[in-house]
Amino acid sequence: MKEEIVIAGFGGQGVLSMGKILAYAALMDDLEVTWMPSYGPEQRGGTANVTVIISDKEISSPVLNSYDTAVILNQQSLDKFEASIKPGGTLIYDSYGIHHAPQRTDINVYRIDAMEAAFEMESAKAYNMIVLGSLLKIKPIVPIESVIKGLKKTLPERHHHLIPMNEAAINRGMDLVK
Amino acid sequence: MEEKRLLKGNEAIALAAIRYGADGYFGYPITPQSEILETLEAEMPWETTGMVVLQAESEVAAINMVYAGAACGKAVFTSSSSPGVSLKQEGISYIAAGELPALIVNVMRGGPGLGTIQPSQADYFQATKGGGHGDYHLIVLAPSSVQEMADFVYLGFDLAFKYRTPAMILADGIVGQMMEKVVLPPARARRTDEEIAAQCPWAVTGKNGRGHSNVMTTLELNSELMEKHNEHYQQTYRLIEENEVRYQEYYTEDAEYVIVAFGSVARICLKAIEEARQQGVKVGLIRPITLWPFPTKRIAQLGAQTKGMLCVELNAGQMIEDVRLAVNGTVPVYHFGRMGGIVPTPQEVLDAFNEKFNEAKM
Repeated sequence: MKEEIVIAGFGGQGVLSMGKILAYAALMDDLEVTWMPSYGPEQRGGTANVTVIISDKEISSPVLNSYDTAVILNQQSLDKFEASIKPGGTLIYDSYGIHHAPQRTDINVYRIDAMEAAFEMESAKAYNMIVLGSLLKIKPIVPIESVIKGLKKTLPERHHHLIPMNEAAINRGMDLVK
Repeated sequence: MEEKRLLKGNEAIALAAIRYGADGYFGYPITPQSEILETLEAEMPWETTGMVVLQAESEVAAINMVYAGAACGKAVFTSSSSPGVSLKQEGISYIAAGELPALIVNVMRGGPGLGTIQPSQADYFQATKGGGHGDYHLIVLAPSSVQEMADFVYLGFDLAFKYRTPAMILADGIVGQMMEKVVLPPARARRTDEEIAAQCPWAVTGKNGRGHSNVMTTLELNSELMEKHNEHYQQTYRLIEENEVRYQEYYTEDAEYVIVAFGSVARICLKAIEEARQQGVKVGLIRPITLWPFPTKRIAQLGAQTKGMLCVELNAGQMIEDVRLAVNGTVPVYHFGRMGGIVPTPQEVLDAFNEKFNEAKM
């Protein structure tokens, strides 16, 4: 098993932390994992992206030229990464703010309305967890239980009351996938 | 069995240093390694192990604090990124001249000048050829994973104390910023003053019942004595060259071509090699772990059994000089590199390989 994922969007959408939560979940399942962020000034207001590789074998390069799965949360990221999805790979994108729909026909394309769902849940902070839920429904790389276990492990005790909200957001994201 | 954790390379360095029983850290923030200082401050080791963590007023101040701490026999370290490490070079030369153990971490970014904050390996010359003045060497360790970031803190300190010479961890923005699974090495207690006095008779620890105090100076106006000092440094360097060369090889047994790369770039090359192997091209990889001492002998052997070598670096071609010296003209050695903070993809490495060794294409 090996899954090479890029998650990309605006800085502030929780792209890096979504990748981190996914990476922690993989750690809980004792899989190999690398989390490689874009770092630097482009994170502030501009685009942010993170490469997460999850595998049951040792991982060579943390830097990739193509991806099994791309999770795309804005137009710039779609323009940047659509061409680098492997043929037969998966593109998951949030329709919010996308003016030009993806063109590839040799990949599996899933449109999710995660931003809309976050508005409905009245929680902008839940946004990345909704997206994560959709990703895990389409690509069950790690079980939800491992995600929750990872959250419990990494969140300080005083934030543990937020876990049910995060779980609800993940479930909401799963329901978004038809 | 110690717990598996998910850490950034920079965090791993900070946590490993506390567990090693380091006595002090002196640094000044700079991207892409500020998490080292931040993690140390968050962990507050002064309340647990008694380790000092100090944000100095500048990189120059920090390296001189390391100089002083090391002179007292303490396990001390500093970290910075390329422009900051340039500022430290005078101090590093003094530490080498004083035959003092210390650890310096450079998480390289693109230069020259203030440059960029993105990954680079353009400080290879500075690290391996002596960035400061005078004939000296650092033991230079090049980690390619977050696990090695943690492990090399231990190795770096241990080698520094064994040979009484400063050691450097030469990392790059990729290993500094990426997160991977890590098992931190077993915790050690900080050494007591008595242990330091016993293990480091050269340390500046007061008279300690000896009737005289050690004094740390690197000034020697008598040239004959200064030459003796130099001969002694060189003896130490020959010992290190004999005993401490470290490297890792992949697919070299049957390799017709060999890629030489260090740090995170070696992993990018490994993916390119896996791809090439699937196409039937017999290419292997050697990853120098110690950049100084350099695996000269092994690379010469590989040169004798292969048709050519490709040196892949995040610079304009620096390690390639050591590779060419090693093979001494027996095989062609080519360079492929990106500069200024650009990191090549595995495909770019493969394309460069195919371009240089056209006949290798099936």
